[in-house]
Amino acid sequence: MSAKLLDIRDLVVEFRTEAGLLRAVKGVDLSIAAGETLALVGESGSGKSVTSLSTMRLIPEGVGRIAGGEILFRGRDGTVRDLVHLPGREMAGIRGSEIAMVFQEPMTSLNPAHRIGAQIAEAARLHEGLGRKAARARAVEMLKLVDIPEPERRAEAYPHQLSGGMRQRVMIAIALVCNPTLLIADEPTTALDSTVQLQILVLLRRLQDELGMAILFITHNLGVVAEIADRVAVMYGGRIVEDAPMAEILTAPRHPYTRGLLASVPRTDHAARAAGRRDRLQAIPGSMVDPLKPPPGCDFAPRCAWAQEACTAAVPVLEGVASGHHARCRRWREIV
Amino acid sequence: MTQPLIEVRDLEVHFPVGRTMFNAGATVRAVHRVSFEMGRGEVVGLVGESGSGKTTLGRSLLRLIEPTGGSVRLNGKEVTGMSPADLRRARSDMQIIFQDPFASLNPRMSVGEILSEALHLHSIGSRADRRDRVAALLETVGLPPQAAERYPHEFSGGQRQRIGIARALSVEPAFIVADEPVSALDVSIQAQIVNLLAELREKMKLSILFIGHDLSVIEYLCDRVIVLYLGKVMESGTVAEIYQRPRHPYTRALLDAAPQVDANRRTDRIMLTGDLPSPVSPPSGCIFRTRCPFAQPECAATVPPLETKGADHRVACIRADEIDLVPG
Repeated sequence: MSAKLLDIRDLVVEFRTEAGLLRAVKGVDLSIAAGETLALVGESGSGKSVTSLSTMRLIPEGVGRIAGGEILFRGRDGTVRDLVHLPGREMAGIRGSEIAMVFQEPMTSLNPAHRIGAQIAEAARLHEGLGRKAARARAVEMLKLVDIPEPERRAEAYPHQLSGGMRQRVMIAIALVCNPTLLIADEPTTALDSTVQLQILVLLRRLQDELGMAILFITHNLGVVAEIADRVAVMYGGRIVEDAPMAEILTAPRHPYTRGLLASVPRTDHAARAAGRRDRLQAIPGSMVDPLKPPPGCDFAPRCAWAQEACTAAVPVLEGVASGHHARCRRWREIV
Repeated sequence: MTQPLIEVRDLEVHFPVGRTMFNAGATVRAVHRVSFEMGRGEVVGLVGESGSGKTTLGRSLLRLIEPTGGSVRLNGKEVTGMSPADLRRARSDMQIIFQDPFASLNPRMSVGEILSEALHLHSIGSRADRRDRVAALLETVGLPPQAAERYPHEFSGGQRQRIGIARALSVEPAFIVADEPVSALDVSIQAQIVNLLAELREKMKLSILFIGHDLSVIEYLCDRVIVLYLGKVMESGTVAEIYQRPRHPYTRALLDAAPQVDANRRTDRIMLTGDLPSPVSPPSGCIFRTRCPFAQPECAATVPPLETKGADHRVACIRADEIDLVPG
């Protein structure tokens, strides 16, 4: 595998809340190779979005802080820099030009008072230093790239005149205007209908083929993972609990939480149904871990059918279970 | 034939849009000539993209939105046109569960008050009876009896949805509209609520109109499915028919777009281009034709009728007999 583009090591992120110090990310190790798509999977409160926001250094100062670890990013010039300690100005140079981000809700990320062409052109002028006319031509070119019909005419539209899917295409156009080497996509299709979601996923795959950027794709939907990911990292309670190539996560998961997530997706057995049987889903009992009161030892132990007394004694380490496959569970050998 | 619990005939819900002092505006037909029946204990899934009119349809059955035309019968009694007093009584037989468990519970009421409010309104039982009933309801939905003393904010999303379900069950309805009840929940919690609904349908013989967009949940939970597009029924049938032998291109496209937890990406998918057209000026003829990969010139000329094709399978497509949509 080629050299790492992004290499997050032992990342710790904390937030100060009224109820006390909240550790949202508790030592995350994560790496992405150039041109690869890594899906970061987790439910609410797992720390997946905080991990991605930290990579962009977008954790609001005063409220939260990166309390430890490194975020090593290889720039276009080949130098590797630790984004955690990069001065604000240098970070601003990377943000938007080498690492770009697309969010879940395009309506809140787009300026409602400006035409979309102008918003794309602004990104081109800001990061690429293009002149007014060149930037405008670039905006139309980008709209064409993301398959927006009649790009010249659509460039004159305001965000509210576009559908949700079109707006998300515009967000992707803005993100890609500087040809970033890493695109962070934080649940970019969650608010969309499945028909439009599929269009966006297919578009992202095509753009990746053409432009070669790596994608850090944040999602809670395992079906979306199957559609887009090369590799998958599963987060629970602020830690990576399992990571592996996509097909292996879906077919041979070794962590009880990953298995529970997969079992939570209804898959209808038609033969059983025809016989009038409807088997219960293997739901994970209980609720998400309270980040203010994490349980002792393994975060998942209170909901885990495999938990033993030893599981609550210490946080299990992320062990290699196969080539490129790790699981944070003491009992992974028994789980097949 | 036994009488269906719910009979919907040619239901219409229209909304005026853009009406001003100087402008007559236009009419959006959010629900257009929808007819279906539901038997006791039957669970019917209602699917379609946002803007298809599924929420409007669900609410108009309970007259939370007033239908513009057509009829809804509950146990043979006409719901449309009921006096407010009769409607209030009828509501003890039909209830709704909402998508957002955060917005649909009054934060100032304890769970016990929330669950006994409807009993109170419908004058069901004495004070002591109601207390017992609240405890029984909590047990039914898997919450401890102490939950009655607590307030909605003290519960997680999944627990709140359990409270919402308990509230709907409190008056022992025969019919429930469940409007995307699991869409706002995390995957692992979603499965718990789906299991609860499956359990309730078996235990209580409830009829549920389940509105949703997650086709795997619909397939798991429902007996029949209705596919809605711009307010119109495109196809309806049993779950087995719709999922294994879809006859309408829109149904097939919806099935193909549903994210599958499968490492092998399918290659023979029907992918829709673009979005739902504006409901203010829907396309002529077949309203789906602008996004349909099988559309021909005739599709613009005639409105396809909803025709019966085989037992309990209806489809509105003039090409239904010539195109093969069975997924490979």
